[in-house]
Amino acid sequence: MIDALTVALGVTALLLAAWCGFAAYRDQPTKDWHFIGMAVVALLAIVQLVIGVVRLAGGADPQQGVAIFVAYLIGSALAVPIAAFMSLTERTRWGSATVSAAAVVLAVLEVRLYDIWGGVGG
Amino acid sequence: MTGDSTAGKAAGKAEKAAGKPESTARTGLGQGPGRLLVMLYGVFTVAAASRSVYQLIAQYQEAPLAYILSAVSAVVYAFITVSLVRGGEGARKAAFVCCALELLGVLTVGTWTLADPSAFPDQTVWSDYGMGYLFIPIFLPVTGLLWLRKARRG
Repeated sequence: MIDALTVALGVTALLLAAWCGFAAYRDQPTKDWHFIGMAVVALLAIVQLVIGVVRLAGGADPQQGVAIFVAYLIGSALAVPIAAFMSLTERTRWGSATVSAAAVVLAVLEVRLYDIWGGVGG
Repeated sequence: MTGDSTAGKAAGKAEKAAGKPESTARTGLGQGPGRLLVMLYGVFTVAAASRSVYQLIAQYQEAPLAYILSAVSAVVYAFITVSLVRGGEGARKAAFVCCALELLGVLTVGTWTLADPSAFPDQTVWSDYGMGYLFIPIFLPVTGLLWLRKARRG
């Protein structure tokens, strides 16, 4: 379950990065549609945080330690919302570039999360 | 009062005109391209700080030098992030010095880790010129220095 979600988040984060990167390339700020996209990715990350915590509470044991796992879960949940606020107050192409960079960071976090969890079923 | 509000409106208009030098010159370093830098420096502050705090607490004995260097880099990143957000000439100068320091740090630690790997049983943010972090640690200070230099002229 959590592995599938991690993969899904990684992929959607990269799509968001490409989309906002394209907006930056075309010299456009983030628009409503971009924010809907960010909301979807942010929601997935929050669901992942909840599931992760529930599984920990249920006795699951991430391969590289609970503290690191939780830190990465929190980081993933915060990355896109923070970038969204930063682009709200930066109505230029650089706001789009900021969201794009944050989405790439999220994708990297997901890869790390996959390793930390152990990269095996569940 | 009226003077203030007109000035405010004018500034607002300047900003709406899409990240032109007027707006960057007035408030600051965290606008336009600077916004992207704030985000990246913020990410690296959190990454380096959480990493070093965890490692210093959990496994200090394994590689004290690496963990202390990570902590130092976290402080440098944090300082630059705050300076970029605050803006102003003083902050710009301070951030400039720190970016130079950061570049020096990446180059020194990067070379050091390649020359004498035995001193570093564990990785730091700046190991191998930041390879574990997609080489962003070496591009970031260069971009930062360019941006800070441009912000002065703007």
